[in-house]
Amino acid sequence: MSDLAIVEKLKAKFSSEVIDEVEFRGETTITVKKDKIVDICTFMRDTGGFNLLCDLCSVDYLGQSPRFMIVYNLYNITTKERIRLKAPVDEQDGQIDTVSGVWGTANWMERECWDLMGIDFVGHPDQRRILMPADWEGHPLRKDYPVQGPDREPYQGRLS
Amino acid sequence: MAVKNSEVMTINMGPQHPSTHGVLQLILELDGEVVRKATPHIGYLHRGVEKLSEHRTYHQVIPLTDRLDYLAPMSNNLGYVLAVEKLLGITDQIPERAKVVRVLLAELTRLKSHLVWLATHALDIGAMTVFLYCFREREVITDLYEKISGARMTSNYFRVGGLSADLPAGVEQEMREYAESMPAHIEEYEGLLTGNRIWQKRTIGVGHISAEAAIDIGITGPGLRASGVDWDLRRDNPYSGYEDYEFEVPVRQEGDTFARYKARLDEMRQSSRIILQALDKLKPGPILADCPKVVLPPKEEVVNSIEGLIHHFKIVTEGFDVEPGEVYQGIEAPKGELGYYLVSDGSSHPYRMKVRPPSFVNLQGLPQMVEGRLLADVIAVIGTLDIVLGEIDR
Repeated sequence: MSDLAIVEKLKAKFSSEVIDEVEFRGETTITVKKDKIVDICTFMRDTGGFNLLCDLCSVDYLGQSPRFMIVYNLYNITTKERIRLKAPVDEQDGQIDTVSGVWGTANWMERECWDLMGIDFVGHPDQRRILMPADWEGHPLRKDYPVQGPDREPYQGRLS
Repeated sequence: MAVKNSEVMTINMGPQHPSTHGVLQLILELDGEVVRKATPHIGYLHRGVEKLSEHRTYHQVIPLTDRLDYLAPMSNNLGYVLAVEKLLGITDQIPERAKVVRVLLAELTRLKSHLVWLATHALDIGAMTVFLYCFREREVITDLYEKISGARMTSNYFRVGGLSADLPAGVEQEMREYAESMPAHIEEYEGLLTGNRIWQKRTIGVGHISAEAAIDIGITGPGLRASGVDWDLRRDNPYSGYEDYEFEVPVRQEGDTFARYKARLDEMRQSSRIILQALDKLKPGPILADCPKVVLPPKEEVVNSIEGLIHHFKIVTEGFDVEPGEVYQGIEAPKGELGYYLVSDGSSHPYRMKVRPPSFVNLQGLPQMVEGRLLADVIAVIGTLDIVLGEIDR
C-alpha cells in the first residue's frame, strides 16, 4: 500500500477506473483505464498537487494485450513526491486523449510518443513527427521494428 | 493611421548556425525585427539511443548515456547507474567511497557544463573574453576527466555498483586546488559581465517566464529556480548521499535571462563548496558494491583464478539479469531534471529505457519566451536555456 494520500482519494473518486496499484522500490504506480485519462490527470494536478509532468512515454508490450502502455511520471513540487500513472492502449485502437491541456509539457512528449511509437493522441494541437523526418514511415521504438532499420540486413559482426 | 507594410517574413535560423548550439533549426516569422512566431525543429542528431539500449546489456548502455549531454557526461552516467541500481535494489549497498566520488565528479561536471554555458552565452551576446576565460578553466576539468576516466569527454566512468576504477594518485590535490580557485574565477567573470551595461541591456527583462508558466511547460533546474521556485532534487529527493552535504540552493525571483545567469553563477560557487566537502569526506575503501552477480571481479582474481576468469567472462558477455519491474530515477543534472525510466522484463537487457532530457523540455519554452520580442533576443534566449542537442535528439 502506498503512503501517498492521493492514492485513496483517486480510488474513491475514480473507483471504476483504477485497474491496478503497484508498489515497487518505493515508487507507486497506478494503472487506470484510458477513457477518463484527462479527468484523472486534471484531478491529479489540481487535488493531488502534481503540477509537474516529468515524463510521458509509452512502452510496447508486443504479444500482450493490450499492447501499449502510456506512462505518466508525475511530480509534486510542493511535497516533493512522485507518482506514476499508466494507461493501457489496445493495438487496434491505438489512441488516447491528449493531456497537453493539463500540462503544457505534454505537447512535445506526446509528439515524440506519436513519432516513435505511433500512439495517436486525440485532440493534440500539433501532432507531427518530432525526432524523425516528416516523411519517415513506421515508428522505430515499436518492438517489431528492426533495430538496424527497415530494408537492411541485420548486422552480422565483422567479416574480416 | 494607415497600416504600414506589415508583411511577415519567414526565415530559417539554423540548423547550421553557431548560436543555435548545435543542429537546432528555428523557423522564425518576423514582422520587421519582431518575432511573431518561432517554431523549433529538432531531430537532426537523433541516433536512436533508446532503441539501441534495448539491444544492449545494462553495462553496455553506459557509454551510450554519456553521448546524450556530451557537455556533462558524468551526470548522464550517474543518472543511469542510479536507475539501474534502484531497479536491482542495491542502492544502499554502494560503498561510501564510490558515493563520495560520484558526488565529487557530478559537481565537477556541473562546473564543466556551466562553464561552457557561460562561455557560449557570452560569446553569442558579443563578450569574447569570457569565452576564452571559461574555456581556460574548463580545460583543467577536461584534463582531470582524462586522468580519472581516460577520456576527455565521453567518460564512461561510473559502473552499476560503483566505479570502473579508483581515482589516480594526485588528482585529489588537483581537485582541491581547482575548487579553491574557482570562486575567484567566478568573481572574474562577474567583473566582466554583471555590471556591464551592454550585458544588462541584453539580458535584463529578456526571455521572461513566470513560475506558473515554467512549471506548466516543464522547465527544471536553474531555469525554474530563476523564476522563484525553490526546488532542487539534490536537496529535496537526495541521491548518492547528497543529504550529507551543506549547500544552498540559489533562487532568484525575476525569471529573466539575467536572473538565470546569476542563478547559475551562484550554483557554480555552491558546486565548489560541495567539491571541497566531498574531498574532506573521501576516505580509502572499496569502490564497488559487494554484489558478485552485478559487478566485475577484481583484476587479480581474473588473471590468477579460473573461477574469476569465468565470472568476468560471464558478466561481460551475458550481463546480469534484473528482476521484472520499473523505476524512474531523476537527478539534478546541470541543465535540469534528468530522468531515466527503466522497464525490466527479467532479462539482461532493458526492456525499455526512456530518457527524460532536461534540454528537450526546456527548449519547449523557447517560443513563449521569444514571441513578441526582437530577433536579437532569440540568440540570448537560446543561450540562457543552455540546450545541448545531443540530449534533445537522443
